[in-house]
Amino acid sequence: MALTGLQIYKLLPQTNCKECGFPTCLAFAMKLAAKQAELAACPYVSDEAKAQLAAAAAPPIRLVAVEGPGHKVEVGNETVLFRHEKTFYHPPGLFVRVKDTSPVEEIKATAGAAMGYAVDYVGMELFLDGVAVEAASGSDDTFAAAVKAAQEASDRALILVATDPALLKAGLAAVEGARPLLHAATPDNWEEVAALGAESGAAVVVQADSLDGLTDLAEKVKAAGVEDIVLDPAVRDPAGTLVTLTQLRRLALKKDFRPLGYPIITFPGEGAADPAEEATLAAQHIAKYGGFIVLDHFTPASAYALLALRTNIFTNPQEPIKVQPGIYEINDPKTDSAVMITTNFSITYFSVANEVDGSGLPGWLLVADAEGMSVLTAWAAGKFDAERIAKTVKGTGIEGKIAHQKLIIPGHVAVLLGELEEELPGWEIQVGPREAVDLPGYLKLWSAS
Amino acid sequence: MAVEIPVDKWAGKVMEVTLGAASDDGGTRTCPLTLGGETTLPFLHFEGQIPNPPRLAVEIADRRPGDWSPLLLEAWGDAVNDPATWARAAEEAGAEAVLLQLSLTKDGDTPTTAADAQAATRAALDATGLPLLVFGPGQVDADNELLVAVAEEAAGERIVLGVCEEKNYRTIVAAALAHGHLVNARTAMDVNLAKQLNILISDMGLSLDRVLMDPTTAGLGYGIEYGYSVMERLRIAALQGDKMTQLPMLVTPGYEAWRQKESKVGEGVPGAWGDWRERAVLWETLTATTLIGSGADVVVLRHPDTVKRVRAFIDRLMVE
Repeated sequence: MALTGLQIYKLLPQTNCKECGFPTCLAFAMKLAAKQAELAACPYVSDEAKAQLAAAAAPPIRLVAVEGPGHKVEVGNETVLFRHEKTFYHPPGLFVRVKDTSPVEEIKATAGAAMGYAVDYVGMELFLDGVAVEAASGSDDTFAAAVKAAQEASDRALILVATDPALLKAGLAAVEGARPLLHAATPDNWEEVAALGAESGAAVVVQADSLDGLTDLAEKVKAAGVEDIVLDPAVRDPAGTLVTLTQLRRLALKKDFRPLGYPIITFPGEGAADPAEEATLAAQHIAKYGGFIVLDHFTPASAYALLALRTNIFTNPQEPIKVQPGIYEINDPKTDSAVMITTNFSITYFSVANEVDGSGLPGWLLVADAEGMSVLTAWAAGKFDAERIAKTVKGTGIEGKIAHQKLIIPGHVAVLLGELEEELPGWEIQVGPREAVDLPGYLKLWSAS
Repeated sequence: MAVEIPVDKWAGKVMEVTLGAASDDGGTRTCPLTLGGETTLPFLHFEGQIPNPPRLAVEIADRRPGDWSPLLLEAWGDAVNDPATWARAAEEAGAEAVLLQLSLTKDGDTPTTAADAQAATRAALDATGLPLLVFGPGQVDADNELLVAVAEEAAGERIVLGVCEEKNYRTIVAAALAHGHLVNARTAMDVNLAKQLNILISDMGLSLDRVLMDPTTAGLGYGIEYGYSVMERLRIAALQGDKMTQLPMLVTPGYEAWRQKESKVGEGVPGAWGDWRERAVLWETLTATTLIGSGADVVVLRHPDTVKRVRAFIDRLMVE
């Protein structure tokens, strides 16, 4: 937990030497508390005080990185329980598990398909983060071969799953150019697994079935030299994970409980009756406090849904995702092409633009500055009214590019028709469909004359 | 080391609202449904009471919907042509309440009349003993005309009249008051607008245990995070003791998911979207369960498979 200015002041030399650039140590302490100054500015602070201040300044949930040669996943460093309080910062890593009991070719195919998957969502390319390889065979060589196969199929992050330290060691030896996550140190094997982590620099999952046990284990593993720890509270069912993950997040943020201030790994497939329920449980873990989510099933449909949800939940509520207002040309529009207007909320823009683009028909899409709100929300808030629409039409200079004066407005704001005719004399205002999905059908029947 | 688990003790409680009236209460519903009553956030059983699980309503329409996805029409088959058959099918599919959506017109041109709306309401009431919600077409004039007639037809049944918004709440609330119904108070994803409408409704004399709060939502991928966070804020305010937010929340993930291309259509979409059927139902399911996770007390669904999946997931979350 952050220290107050007075608490920091007690750790300073209290000589008011002014060398830090502030008139008194107290003034400097206040600036430090407000994070407007750096401790390094004080030449006389003791090492002991430095250590205490650094510990207090550490984030309540440690940022843990797991990386492959081509992709790094960082999770942790969260500061709130609810996204509206500020924002969630680090989206959970989504992994797909393969088991070394499958033939090597199948492992390559599964990992290759899952890691080769990419989907465009509002102009962003979304993809999964890595592969978890589980040593189910019990054989060192088989596990090492499976780890190699996964790396041949993908350069994303890796999680090695085994409880026998010898297996983990064999898997780790097969890892090249990556910093994997080891799952898991348990009350029975922690000394050897922690040693593997400390030696290789890999992050280590600690797994215990009670918070007391987890605390004990995390402290031991940390004392053994592992900094990057991930928690597995060994609950798998929907109710249990929700409660436990909530308690862990609260302990870290509200109680500043450092021993459990780490990201959490979940295995929704183990708590689900079927793949559909696995996706539903994974969605719960995205919204409520999962750090690494290991899936047992990959399909494009479920990956798309989970990636979209992850993007949504981790969108900063203070900054709606917007596109630049202006004219967007779709399919090489001419002077007789349709003119449509929508708002600059990026989801709205992409819904409309994708439909027009997909229709193959040319069109001019005007984007009004509606402060990043969707059509209905912006209209309700007075950010997409007749005046703003008229201003966009005039401001973009669309008139110079077309040989007609017809403007298609979204069906949801049909009520603006009369006002718009007054604001835009000479223009014919046409009410388009309410939903973007119906635009291609509408445009097929549309003509400038 | 013994870890002390942080427990939030809230001062407030979500109001309990009962949909549908049984015979001893002046109606004919066989299984009235109570919502709300929570004293903590969704499914945190260790620190509060969750006397009623989130409930599932299934949306039906007074006539075959013109703009529904072929997957939905296929799932319900011929039932979509008749509200009574559809209501029974919804009950069989696991609905705990039926939401009857009234159309603006009959077959495109002729406006739906008050008598039409009453007939559809009567058909749905007679077909099943489940509580009923009736939503107007969404245009103020039509809603006022049709819902007043519906309220009269269903007098004493404690149906939910929707949508009750700032621009028409007077008429809808008066109809609810006159005939013993509830209203679904809808506002546009904003905590203060929601509170304000609840105050206006309450000022007209409708007791708050006859009001559901509908903060509006959006589908997965289309702004669900806005609705999600508004609902979390409303629920936290309710638990903190703010009376005007202590109403159960209704949202319509079925409508929101199925109007999006991801659910609605199977052709002309990117290959990366995967199998249409799988995606369509998953889209509705995740929209629903995510909003249940942020405090929804009743979700209105469209596809029978979604109803089964959401039901199963709620059951697992209700295990203490």
